[in-house]
Amino acid sequence: MGRASSKEDAGTLFHSLRSAYAATPLNLKIIDLYVGFSIFTALIQVVYMAIVGSFPFNSFLSGVLSCVGTAVLAVCLRIQVNKENKEFKDLPPERAFADFVLCNLVLHLVIMNFLG
Amino acid sequence: MAAVANMPVSDLLKSFKLKTKQQELLIRVSILCLVYILAFITRLFSVLRYESMIHEFDPYFNYRTTLYLTQNGFYDFWNWFDYESWYPLGRIVGGTLYPGLMVTAALIYRILHFLRFAVHIREVCVLTAPFFASNTTLVAYFFGKEIWDTGAGLVAAILIAVCPGYISRSVAGSYDNEGVAIFALLFTFYLFVKAVNTGSLAWSLASAFGYFYMVSAWGGYVFIINLIPLYVLVLLITGRYSMRLYVAYNCMYVLGMLLAMQIRFVGFQHVQSGEHMAAMGVFFLMQVFYFLDWVKHMLSDTKLFQAFLRITVTCAVTVGTIALGLGMLSGYISPWTGRFYSLLDPTYAKDHIPIIASVSEHQPTAWSSFMFDFHILLFLFPAGLYFCFKRLSDATIFIVMYGLTSMYFAGVMVRLILVATPAVCLISAIAVSATVKNLTVLLRSKNKGVQTGSTKGSGSSKASSKALLDQSQPFQKNGAIALLFGAFYLLSKYATHCTWVTSEAYSSPSIVLAARGAHGSRVIFDDYREAYFWLRQNTPPDAKVMSWWDYGYQITAMGNRTVIVDNNTWNNTHIATVGRAMSSYEDEAIEIMRSLDVDYVLVVFGGVTGYSSDDINKFLWMVRIGGGVFPVIKEPDYLVNGEYRVDKGAAPKMLNCLMYKLCYYRFGEMLTEYGKPPGYDRARGVEIGNKDIKLEHLEEAFTTSNWIVRIYKVKPPNNRW
Repeated sequence: MGRASSKEDAGTLFHSLRSAYAATPLNLKIIDLYVGFSIFTALIQVVYMAIVGSFPFNSFLSGVLSCVGTAVLAVCLRIQVNKENKEFKDLPPERAFADFVLCNLVLHLVIMNFLG
Repeated sequence: MAAVANMPVSDLLKSFKLKTKQQELLIRVSILCLVYILAFITRLFSVLRYESMIHEFDPYFNYRTTLYLTQNGFYDFWNWFDYESWYPLGRIVGGTLYPGLMVTAALIYRILHFLRFAVHIREVCVLTAPFFASNTTLVAYFFGKEIWDTGAGLVAAILIAVCPGYISRSVAGSYDNEGVAIFALLFTFYLFVKAVNTGSLAWSLASAFGYFYMVSAWGGYVFIINLIPLYVLVLLITGRYSMRLYVAYNCMYVLGMLLAMQIRFVGFQHVQSGEHMAAMGVFFLMQVFYFLDWVKHMLSDTKLFQAFLRITVTCAVTVGTIALGLGMLSGYISPWTGRFYSLLDPTYAKDHIPIIASVSEHQPTAWSSFMFDFHILLFLFPAGLYFCFKRLSDATIFIVMYGLTSMYFAGVMVRLILVATPAVCLISAIAVSATVKNLTVLLRSKNKGVQTGSTKGSGSSKASSKALLDQSQPFQKNGAIALLFGAFYLLSKYATHCTWVTSEAYSSPSIVLAARGAHGSRVIFDDYREAYFWLRQNTPPDAKVMSWWDYGYQITAMGNRTVIVDNNTWNNTHIATVGRAMSSYEDEAIEIMRSLDVDYVLVVFGGVTGYSSDDINKFLWMVRIGGGVFPVIKEPDYLVNGEYRVDKGAAPKMLNCLMYKLCYYRFGEMLTEYGKPPGYDRARGVEIGNKDIKLEHLEEAFTTSNWIVRIYKVKPPNNRW
């Protein structure tokens, strides 16, 4: 009895999440796709490291952290561009995107130095 | 005639008449300029009294590395292997120092040379710390403005410009990491608070760069990387979190961590060391937290969300604990190092790591030190905390946390009063500014109160309160004026105290000693430099000098000779070997010295001058450190009934050990004080026990004019026949 209701719960949960997500605007969906792609790349790198070992460690770290970093920065961009966030309503999206590009530039310059 | 002459003057004055806003700006800018200059010149006492030289011990290493950097360029400096210290091991300098200070000084030197100011690098090194202290006052102003208002910012700038807690490590000549690090610390905190307040990625990027500068400057960056996650955690728990916090912390953490790992000395510690795990833990916690928040926002049904919440929280907690447990058990995540662990458990160092316990700066703080270094800020600090709690915001929560944590650490270790000083100054500034503001508002409001009280009737409560204001009005105005005078009196006393402390206590170069002669004239003892220059000019260039680790940096920098151990203290066994040699009989010691290729031995002796930080007073630490590694050295052998003595009643091992012999050689014939027998040790206040000392394997090479530094040459072994 409990199992059936929890299965139903999971089903309704999944459906309501899906329907709520479908309502988000297109630009936010694109950013979410980019975030998912970064995390997926990071996971691939971790699996590869588990197979071949972690030497040289700085290269592994720089690879994983570049993925994590771009994911995090993209999420920050999404927060700042999202019209539902009252705190950022007087921040022009061009400024948010310019900040995003600048941070990514610094991130990748440091990664290139760290790759070794 | 006079009226006509006065007219153009009054017209001139009228032309200067500015609007209130411009007047205020003018006053603010002029105050900041004066504070900037004040912070610089109050640190110049020792340059004016003695000369422009580097003080203490550690700054000599920094000076030597800066010299190397300016002469050989950054690439050679980054990859430098120093064979002149820690003989025969050598030291990888490029990978074991914090380059921020040296790079900053070299940059200033390059800029000045570009502008055709031909200054010597030593001048730049001596004046780096006061320059950065002035910059710290500016940062304190902006930080105060961010937390409270411009009034608090100005008071904070003034307080931190003269506060003795900060001056102690940033006088001219104190070319040490803290001089630059406190500026970097406050700057990083200011940028982070600004990022949290505005939620802008640009400010978070700036705070990441500030953190990078701090990591490059000082090992105390661990404080930042633990305080900021703690602050985020407190905000999350108290429900004050917002999207701005997410943007600020994540950007700063990821970029800051990456930038910090570029410093070789720090290396991979951000992902492997236990001290940095709090930041990573909070990072993952934030992702989970905000993800749940987003899902809650998307789902309209709370019951479904509760189910989802349960699943996610259990998953996250199990994954987190498994990862942390695996990491700690397998040893991948190293536990807290001794230096920082002794902050949480102050008794740890005394029992386990005598080297850390022996440094005088690492001892717990006495109340008198707090009063000495903070003066009135000590009671203004709780007052400021009260004001912060009255007007809680993200920024005031941060400064309260910074103040409380840094005060705890300042109580554990004397050296950390320096880290607490900016927080104490800022919070006290809030108290001063808020109080003065309230008092002046009271002073100004008297006219309005009288008018409204007379026109309105006594019907509404508002009018009755104003009527009450009227009744106690005369006392309130007088009380406000009296309190204002009291506040200004206290602040002026603070300024006098700070200047006195700076002049008397914190401006001594430690390498040049001063005392008052019989007729009140000043006597200067320049024995240290005399000895180092003797070494430089009278010994072969490849000579190796054995001394206690305190003097290592100075010997390499000024004497230009190879040393066995120096202040870096990275190899405890090597230091214990030297300690064992110093505390053994001469026959055993000569074996150790021959194995280390020692040519000269240097000891510091204060018996003639009464100088109390000499090697005999440090001797027990040599015994403890030596005995920690070589059990043949036992501390009770050198004590009599638990007492440390050097006179006739001293232990026989003490009277015949190498250190005793080297310090008191030929001292038995010396008359040091009128009316006392020959061989009277002025630092210990006793007549020494063993006056007839004969050295078999060493000979005296040099003793300085006041007997403070004594150098002995190791004799080559006898010819066999």
